[in-house]
Amino acid sequence: MADFIHSVTLDKDKCLGCTNCIKRCPTSAIRVENGKARIISSLCIDCGECIRVCPHHAKIAVCQGFDVLNDFEYTIALPAPSLYAQFNNLEGPEIVVEGLRILGFDDVFEVAQAAELVSDATRKYLKGSDPDMTIISSACPTISRLIRIRFPDLIGNLLPLLTPAELAGKLAKERAMRETGLPADKIGTIFISPCTAKASSIYSPIGLEKSNIDAVISIKDVYTRLVGVLNQAQDTCGISDSGRVGVSWGSSGGEGAALLTDSYLAADGIENCIKVLNEMEDEKLNNIRFVELNACPGGCVGGVFTVENPFISRVKLTSVRKYLPPYKNIIRDDLVPDEYRWSSEMEYRPVMELDPDMEKAFAMMEEVERLTSKLPGLNCGSCGSPSCRTLAEDIVRGYSTENACVFVLRDEVQHIADLLSKISGIGMGRKPIDDKKNDDRSK
Amino acid sequence: MTFNYDVPGDDFTRAGEASGDLKKKLKKLGFPSSVIRRVSIALYEGEINMVIHANGGHITADVNTDEINLTLADVGPGIPDIEKAMQDGYSTASDQVRNLGFGAGMGLPNMKRNSDEISIETELGVGTTVRMKILNQ
Repeated sequence: MADFIHSVTLDKDKCLGCTNCIKRCPTSAIRVENGKARIISSLCIDCGECIRVCPHHAKIAVCQGFDVLNDFEYTIALPAPSLYAQFNNLEGPEIVVEGLRILGFDDVFEVAQAAELVSDATRKYLKGSDPDMTIISSACPTISRLIRIRFPDLIGNLLPLLTPAELAGKLAKERAMRETGLPADKIGTIFISPCTAKASSIYSPIGLEKSNIDAVISIKDVYTRLVGVLNQAQDTCGISDSGRVGVSWGSSGGEGAALLTDSYLAADGIENCIKVLNEMEDEKLNNIRFVELNACPGGCVGGVFTVENPFISRVKLTSVRKYLPPYKNIIRDDLVPDEYRWSSEMEYRPVMELDPDMEKAFAMMEEVERLTSKLPGLNCGSCGSPSCRTLAEDIVRGYSTENACVFVLRDEVQHIADLLSKISGIGMGRKPIDDKKNDDRSK
Repeated sequence: MTFNYDVPGDDFTRAGEASGDLKKKLKKLGFPSSVIRRVSIALYEGEINMVIHANGGHITADVNTDEINLTLADVGPGIPDIEKAMQDGYSTASDQVRNLGFGAGMGLPNMKRNSDEISIETELGVGTTVRMKILNQ
C-alpha cells in the first residue's frame, strides 16, 4: 500500500540484531528476525527513535541527495525553521536564505513564512470552532500518524490544515509557475527537513492526496555545504520573509505561543506526547484550547536530521529571531482559505487489533493471557520481541514460538538434562542376569 | 474473559493503571472507541474513588463480545448517603486531595453517566461494591 512508505529503513550489514531499537520503539513496531531488526510497516510512525538509539548506525533514513537539483529546470529550497538553529552566531535567517541560493537553488521559500500563515489560519479556525473543543496541532506527522493508529477518538480533534512545509511547497510552486511560465513538473520544491517523519510524509501526506513537495534533503546533508558559504552569504545581504512567529515554530511551544491564547499546552518527546493523548482520550484534559505536540525532544530542533543538540539549538533560535519583527505574513481574509484546509479525511487504521473478527480476537486474547503468565516477565527482548506480552501476541499471531524465549528454552534444556542424568545413573537398556545371585538366593 | 486488578490505597501515581491497561486490551479486542472511552472513564473514576476513600481495593473486569461488566470492591468506610454522593459536585474529599486536582464531586456521577447500568452496595464500616455494565453498542 502506497500509504505505508517510510523513510526509516535498515542497513542489514550493520545490524547486529541487538535489542536497543525494539525496546525503544513507541509503537512496538520492530522485531529481531533471524538476527536482524525488521520494521513492521503498518505500525511504524516514522518517529526516528530507532535511528537515535541504534549504536551501530544500522537504522538509517532515506532521503534525496543534493544531485536531486539536477532533476528539475527550476528548484526552490524550502528550509525548515529549525535549520536556522544549527549555526553559531547567525545574525538572521536571510543569511541562510542567501546561502541556499549560492548552493544552487533558484529560489527559496521559507517554511517559517508559511508557518506564519498557518498560525494566522489556526487563529481563525479556533475562532470559528466549538470553544469547548481541544484542537491538536497536525504539524508533526509522527503525531498525526500515531493518532491514526492508536487514538481514533482524537482524529476529529486534529487541526485540519496543511502543515507549514506543505503550504510552503504549494505557495512556492504557484509563485514559480507565475514567474517563470514553466509547467509544474519542471519546478522542484525541495524541503530541507529536520526529521524522518517529514521526509516520509511527501510519499503519504496527511490530509491531502498528493504532496506539494517534490523532494527532501536532510538538514545534516545541507549543513556542511551551507557552513562553507555563509561568510560569502553575509556579504550579499539576502532577504528573509519570516518574522519571529515563523522562526519560533522550530522549537517546542512556538506554534502554541503564536495563537495568542493562554490556554495551550506544548509537549515534546514521543512518550510525553503519548501521555498527553491518553489523558485527552479519557477526557481528563479540560479547559485546554490547543495542544501542540512534537514527537522529537525540544520540538523540530530535536529531529534526527539536525546537527546541533536540541537544547543548544533552542538558544540559537532565540538569538536568530531577536531582531525580527513579530510576524511578516498574515491572511487578508477573515476566514480560513480553502486551499489551507485538508482535502482528504484521515481514517482510523485499527492495526492494534488482534483480529477483525471479535470472537477470534477473544480466543487469541485468552491465549495471549495464558502465554504471558508462563513467560518470565523480564521483557529482556532476547526473543526478538520488545516485551514478554508482545512475544505472547507474536506467538498467537503465528510469528514466533515459546522456545524463542531463552528462559523457556533453558527450562526445557534443564528438563532434558534431568532426564538424561536420570538415565545415565541407572544406565540404559537391560542388564545381564547374574546366575550367581540367583543361585545364592535358592540356597 | 476476566481481567483482575488490585488497586493500591493512597497512591495517586498508580491510580489509572487498571483503566489504562484495560483500555489497551479492549483496543486489541477490537471494541469500538466509543465503548472503550466509556469503560475507561467509568473505571478511572472508580479507581480514584478507591484510592481517595477506601485505601484501595480490587477490580474485576468481565468482558465478552456483548458487554463489559466492572466490579469494584473495597473494604473502606462505606458511603453514608448514596443519593448525595450521586449528585454532581458533592464531595467529601479532603483539602489535600482537592489540591491535587481531585475531589470535584464528579466521580460517581461520571461513573453513572458512562455506564448502562450501575449498582452500589455499601455498608458503613464494611465496604462498598460498585457494579457497572457497559454494553457494546
